[in-house]
Amino acid sequence: MNLLDWVVLLGTMLSIAAYGTWRTRHTDHLDTYLKGNRNVGWGAIGLSIMATQGSTITYLSLPGQAYENGIAFVQNYFGLPLALIFVCVFFLPIYRRLEVYTAYEYLGKRFDAKTRLLGASLFLLQRGVQAGITVYAPAIILSSVLGWQLNLTIIFTGLVVIVYTVTGGSAAVTLTQKWQMAVIFGGMVAAFVILLRELPAGALATAGAMGKLQAVDFSIDPNKRYTVWSGVLGGLFLSLSYFGTDQSQVQRYIGGAGLREGRLGLMFNAALKIPMQFFIVLFGALLFVYFQSQPAVPVFFNRTEWQRHAQGPQAATFQAIEQKHAALHEAARTKIAAWTVAKNTGNSASAKAEMIAAQQAVDGVRKEAKDALLAADPRAKIKDSDYIFITFIMSRLPHGVIGLLLAVMFASTLSSKAGELNALAATSTIDLWRQFRPLAAHDEARNVRAAKWFTAFWGIFAIAFALFASFAENLIEALNIIASIFYGVLLGVFLVAFFIKRVQGTAIFFSAIAAQILVIVMYFSLNIGYLWYNVIGCAACILFSLILQTALGSKRPAQVA
Amino acid sequence: MSSSTPPNSAPDDESPGVPGFRSWRGVYFAVFIWFVIVVVLLAVFTRAFA
Repeated sequence: MNLLDWVVLLGTMLSIAAYGTWRTRHTDHLDTYLKGNRNVGWGAIGLSIMATQGSTITYLSLPGQAYENGIAFVQNYFGLPLALIFVCVFFLPIYRRLEVYTAYEYLGKRFDAKTRLLGASLFLLQRGVQAGITVYAPAIILSSVLGWQLNLTIIFTGLVVIVYTVTGGSAAVTLTQKWQMAVIFGGMVAAFVILLRELPAGALATAGAMGKLQAVDFSIDPNKRYTVWSGVLGGLFLSLSYFGTDQSQVQRYIGGAGLREGRLGLMFNAALKIPMQFFIVLFGALLFVYFQSQPAVPVFFNRTEWQRHAQGPQAATFQAIEQKHAALHEAARTKIAAWTVAKNTGNSASAKAEMIAAQQAVDGVRKEAKDALLAADPRAKIKDSDYIFITFIMSRLPHGVIGLLLAVMFASTLSSKAGELNALAATSTIDLWRQFRPLAAHDEARNVRAAKWFTAFWGIFAIAFALFASFAENLIEALNIIASIFYGVLLGVFLVAFFIKRVQGTAIFFSAIAAQILVIVMYFSLNIGYLWYNVIGCAACILFSLILQTALGSKRPAQVA
Repeated sequence: MSSSTPPNSAPDDESPGVPGFRSWRGVYFAVFIWFVIVVVLLAVFTRAFA
C-alpha cells in the first residue's frame, strides 16, 4: 500500500462516517433514532437492507469459495425472492399497522409479555455474538495480509461505527449505508473490469471445462450440498426467518414515509440479490482462470500462516511442497493452453481430460500443503480460500484501486455492523428496558438516551468479543449453525402469530421452548445438514402450539393481527 | 408511541405508485416472473459452459 491507497481508504471510510455523524447529530426523537427519517425513499431502504445483509465475508469469502468449488453456491439465494414477497404481503403490513419499533413488540401485542421476552432474548443472544464476528472475521484476514495489528484493526473499526451509530441511530445507519453501498458497487465493478482485461482468451470456456460454472443443479440427491431444491426450500425458510423476524432487517424496512417504501425496498432486493450474488461468484470462478494463467501462484494463499511454519523445523518439507506445486502448476498451464488450441480444432476430448487431470494434481498438492500445515501445528488455520481475493487485490491491482477495494471491505464491515448495533439497541430499549421501567416509556429524551447507551454497550461488547475470540475459522461455521438452530423456532412463533388465531400466549411460549429443546437434542444426536433445523424448528413449534392450545382449551381469539 | 389502531392500511390491490403496475399483486407477480427468468438464464448459462 502506498500513500494514494491510504488516502482513498481512510478518506472514503472516515468521510462517510463523519458525514453520517454530522447530518444526524440532532437526532433526539425516539422514532427517528430507531426507525430513521420518515422522508427516506425506497431506494435508500433497499440499499440499507442489502448493506445489512452483506458483510465483508460476502465480498471477501464468496469469490474464494467460487474459486475452489465453483458458482453453485448462488442457488442458496433462490428462496430469497419468494421469502421477500411473503414478507411484503404478510409481515410488513402488520408491523406498519401496529407501528411497532421491533418485531418482538408485535409478539407482546399478539400473545403476551413472556413470549415477547423470549423472542427478544433469542435475537439478542445470537445477534450479539454475531456482531463480534462481523468485526473479527475481516479484521483477522486484513491484518494478516496487510501486517496490521489485529487488535488495533478491531478497535479502530469498532469505534468508527460506534461513533456514528450512537450519534444518529437508524437515521445515520441508513444514510451511511447508502454511500457505503456506492463504494462497494464501485470497487467491485472496478475489480471486475480489471480482471476481465487480464483474463486469457476463452476464460469462460476454461472455467466451465474445469467444472466451475455449474450455476444450477436440478438433482434430487440429498447428499449434494447445493441444488435448486435445497436452495429454494432451505433458502426460503432461512430468508423468511432472517427478513421477517430478525430485528436487524425488520428495522431497515419498517421506517420510511409509508408501506410503499418498505415494500419497494424489499422488492428491490428480491429482484437484484440473485444477479448480484451471481456476479460475485462468477468473479471468483474467473479469478480461478486468471491464477491458472499466471506463471507463479502460491500453493497456500494465507502466506502469513504458511511462512510461519515454512521457516520452522519442517522447512524442507514445505520447500519440497512448494517446488512440487510450481512444477504441477506449470504443467497444468501447458495443458490448459493445449486444450484451448484443441477445442478450436474440434478434437478436444483427450486434451480436456489431460487438463482436468493436471488440475486435479495441483489440487492434490494443495491438500498436501494443508496436511503439512496441520502436521506442523494441529491448530493451524488451513482454510485459505478467504485469502484468494485479497491476494489478487494486493498483488495485481494498481495503487488507488487497492485503497478502493480495501475501502469496500471496511465499508461492508461498517454497514452490516451498524445495522446490527442499531437493532440490538432497539430490542434492548423497547423489549427489555421499557418493560422493566414502564414509567420511563413516556419520557422521550430518556428513551433516546437509553437507546444511545445500549448502542454503545453492544458496540463495546462486539469489540470485546472480537478481541477475545481466537478461533474464527470454526466459529463462523458454528454461528451459522446456531442461527439455524434458533431461527426456525422463532419463525414458527411468528407464523403462529400471523396465521393461527386460536393459539394464545401460554401455548406458544411453552411450545417454542419445547421445540427449541427438541432441535437442540436433534442437533446433538443426528447428523443432518444444519439448514434443515430451520424447517424442523418451525414445524415443531407450530405443531406443538396447536396440540398444547387444544389441551389448554380456547378462551378468546387474539385481536391484534 | 405504539398503537393498535391501523393508520396505514394498504391492501394488495391498492396502487403501488409504480409506472405500469396497478396493484401490488402485479408487482409481486412481476418479481416472481423475473425470478423464474433469472433461474432459466442461469440454467442456460450452466448448459452453455458447464
